[in-house]
Amino acid sequence: MVSVPEIWKEVAVADNIIELKGLTRRYGPFTAVDSLDLAIEKGEIFGLLGPNGAGKSTTILMMLGLTEPDDGTVRVCGFDPVSDPVEVKKRVGYLPEEVGFYDDLTGMENLVYTARLNGLSSNAARIKAGKLMERIGLDAEKAKKTGKYSRGMRQRLGLADVLIKDPEVIILDEPTLGIDPAGVKEFLELIVGLSREQKITVLFSSHHLHQVQQICDRVGIFVAGKLLAVGDVKSLAAQLFRGEDRPAGSERKDYSLDDIYFRYFEGGVDHE
Amino acid sequence: MSNAVVSIKTKTARTGERISHPFRVIVEKEMADHIRSWRFIILIAIIALTSLGSLYTALANFSQAVKPNDPEGTFFFLKLFTITDGTMPSFTVFISFLGPLLGIALGFDAINSEHNRGTMGRMLSQPIHRDYIINAKFTAALAVISVMLMALGLLVMGAGLIFIGIPPTAGEFMRVVFFILLSILYVAFWLNLSILFSVLFRQPATAALSAIAVWLFFSVFYPLIVNLITKSLAPSEMAAPQTIIAFEQFRLALLRLMPNQLFSEATTTLLMPSVRSLGPLTMEQMIGALPGPLPLGQSLLMVWPQVTGMAAGTIISFVISYVLFMRREIRSR
Repeated sequence: MVSVPEIWKEVAVADNIIELKGLTRRYGPFTAVDSLDLAIEKGEIFGLLGPNGAGKSTTILMMLGLTEPDDGTVRVCGFDPVSDPVEVKKRVGYLPEEVGFYDDLTGMENLVYTARLNGLSSNAARIKAGKLMERIGLDAEKAKKTGKYSRGMRQRLGLADVLIKDPEVIILDEPTLGIDPAGVKEFLELIVGLSREQKITVLFSSHHLHQVQQICDRVGIFVAGKLLAVGDVKSLAAQLFRGEDRPAGSERKDYSLDDIYFRYFEGGVDHE
Repeated sequence: MSNAVVSIKTKTARTGERISHPFRVIVEKEMADHIRSWRFIILIAIIALTSLGSLYTALANFSQAVKPNDPEGTFFFLKLFTITDGTMPSFTVFISFLGPLLGIALGFDAINSEHNRGTMGRMLSQPIHRDYIINAKFTAALAVISVMLMALGLLVMGAGLIFIGIPPTAGEFMRVVFFILLSILYVAFWLNLSILFSVLFRQPATAALSAIAVWLFFSVFYPLIVNLITKSLAPSEMAAPQTIIAFEQFRLALLRLMPNQLFSEATTTLLMPSVRSLGPLTMEQMIGALPGPLPLGQSLLMVWPQVTGMAAGTIISFVISYVLFMRREIRSR
């Protein structure tokens, strides 16, 4: 008789850094996440797509151990967030949708605080925070209180805040909301660069289809707590638009993520 | 000069290498927040002014307060904290009145402000246990309160020493120290109550108002209610002594549901060593008793139930807020 954790070890060999099995979370009669299975490989950039209230944020909270699943199992970096939340949170950086900082501290002080919570000495924390401020282009603003930061600056500081713990996985929940187009481009390039350079796995949850298409290796389409499709954009398109020559009413040759996404919601695909 | 600067720098550099436990990091940050906040500065100003005022009245009336045949004559240093000429309340009354305000002010936005700023989600995604946050908030506020009350009490003692010119005896000193510890416990009760409200209510203003409402209820309305109840139940003067004693005990039991009643009973006993009972005494118990001060151990024994009651109230509110906080689902904002 093999116990459940041992089976898990067997399954986890495939270098999957995030593994969700039959994950379910209910709020009263409402099922926010419905027996979700998902595996994300190390080093990939995975896009989580879906309308509001599809259960994306709940799934993310369960990966971090901030919400307990009603059913199913989660494995992140080989740890179970339900029983080992601290080990998971040592390795996973999470940038929430609207990241908050202590407004009466400077950007630098906020970063140093996070670094010290992650077990750095205050000197090491200061050096590292300084380097990160430079990297995200906030070097000139590091002595300014975060209360005076613009939305885009806060978001970039949020990224630095995530990076200061040298994460293996970064989870970004709508990170580009409210940043201007140039800022978005810079932000996305930074993420892609980091992921490729340091083999950081990125889970990118967003409504912005073209952003997701731009940076993600694979995407998962999430509707009403269920994962409807997983794969890279090309194979999803090939699956969906078999026999169609080009997007309807368009001159383009390739299918974009928009086409795929809307196909799911126009009832063109059987959800079961 | 420059040598000194360099040596300080290397020293900080060396201490900077120390890796602090995350709990300590949070406590340090919370304490720094409290000390830097305007709220705390204002409170300190109010409390310092009132203690100055009460110290002044105490010193001005000191000569009248010390009477030749007073059983507490040897404890006149303690009178610094208790005497008044009626224009200004004494130091203990001030603490029992302003202490709750201090506790409430340091706790009412402990948890909900983190939610509202959106920092809760970010904090909880750091590698710390969730209870570190609420424990550290409590510890930091309690540390700030303890340091402040201890400093205040010792300052009053020091000022008294300068003006009276007679040092306190060891017994008096210990009594004052216990009085300060008691005040810390009392403020801790209100601190925990306001932390509880900060977990319950999303808006800091609602939490602050509810905590102040509880405080006002206990300090203004509850005594009135107890009066109403006991008046209607009062036995006649001709009633049997047992009935009168039972009634008196019932009245006291009702009053002792108030934290401020517990505090004032405990401080009176500690600072007035001649107090030997907090309940009714019969003539039989009084006959033959020599009016003299109690030793410190006996005074402490007498206030033990009061201290236990206050500690219990503190722990109960902390446990409720702890459980509520641990069970809450944290979403960003």
